[in-house]
Amino acid sequence: MTLIRQEEKGTVKFYLLGFILCIALTLAAYFLVAKELLSGMTVILAILGLGVIQLAVQLIFFMHLGSEYADGRPKHHWNMLVFFFMIMVLVIIVFGSLWIMYNLNYREMPPMDMSEQMEK
Amino acid sequence: MTKHLSVQEHHLEETRVKTIFGFWSYLMTDCILFGTLFATYIVLHTNTFGGPGAKELFSLPFALTETLILLTSSFTCTLSKLAAYRNDKNKVILWFAVTFLLGVAFIAMELNEFSHLVHDGNSWRRSGFLTGFFTLVGTHGLHISTGLLWMIILIIPVFRHGLTPVSLKRLTCLRMFWHFLDIVWIFIFTIVYLMGAL
Repeated sequence: MTLIRQEEKGTVKFYLLGFILCIALTLAAYFLVAKELLSGMTVILAILGLGVIQLAVQLIFFMHLGSEYADGRPKHHWNMLVFFFMIMVLVIIVFGSLWIMYNLNYREMPPMDMSEQMEK
Repeated sequence: MTKHLSVQEHHLEETRVKTIFGFWSYLMTDCILFGTLFATYIVLHTNTFGGPGAKELFSLPFALTETLILLTSSFTCTLSKLAAYRNDKNKVILWFAVTFLLGVAFIAMELNEFSHLVHDGNSWRRSGFLTGFFTLVGTHGLHISTGLLWMIILIIPVFRHGLTPVSLKRLTCLRMFWHFLDIVWIFIFTIVYLMGAL
């Protein structure tokens, strides 16, 4: 049974705190949009920020990132390493794609849009 | 005899750590899959081809309900872990059953939303925006359905033979998968539903 004991981390209180934090962050993002408390770019940045905070909360409280197998033995950092490598690839793919596509969109503006722009 | 046991336990622990690391690596590659689908959706989300956009099609309270259901299922899934530490077979089955029902509720809501969209003529063939939407949200729904199937497959042996080191290891992987899907959904909720309503 030592196997199971070694695995033990966290208590109901710990998980409940994580759960309440997630609910609070979700509701905060929802009401920011539903009640139109902020406008323009601010609200986009705010809800994206709340999403990233919730990502961190879930990783720490539910997936125990950063505290794996730390029971009395040297920590393994591999999970963390793979995670940050994934984030790097993800940022390159997502922001790279968006940059290229918006740039193309801007340079290859269809004639109809151009006339609209000129009228303005 | 004790030495032999500890060697065996050591071996089991090593296998467990390796399995979990391998599964974690799989989840990270799955993140990249979702990342590409998110990029596609963001690029296409203005291309409605004269059809309705996100603001007209999606209901915020509906999406919020889906989010809260999935969050709660993630929490009940974690509670099964605490039961597993106490070697409490019945509690493990109970919490996984609750997670399973919440997962079914979530997927039912999503299919309901999809069928309404298709019924109103707003299927994936309508516009680039809807293609991106159905691919992104549909891929997530497919993962959830796989997770539900996986839950059934893992819980039956627990029901029949109780908790073994192997079943505990498999349940840990399943929990990681479920939390991962919850995290992906948070971003779908933020980028597709909340930003769509702006």
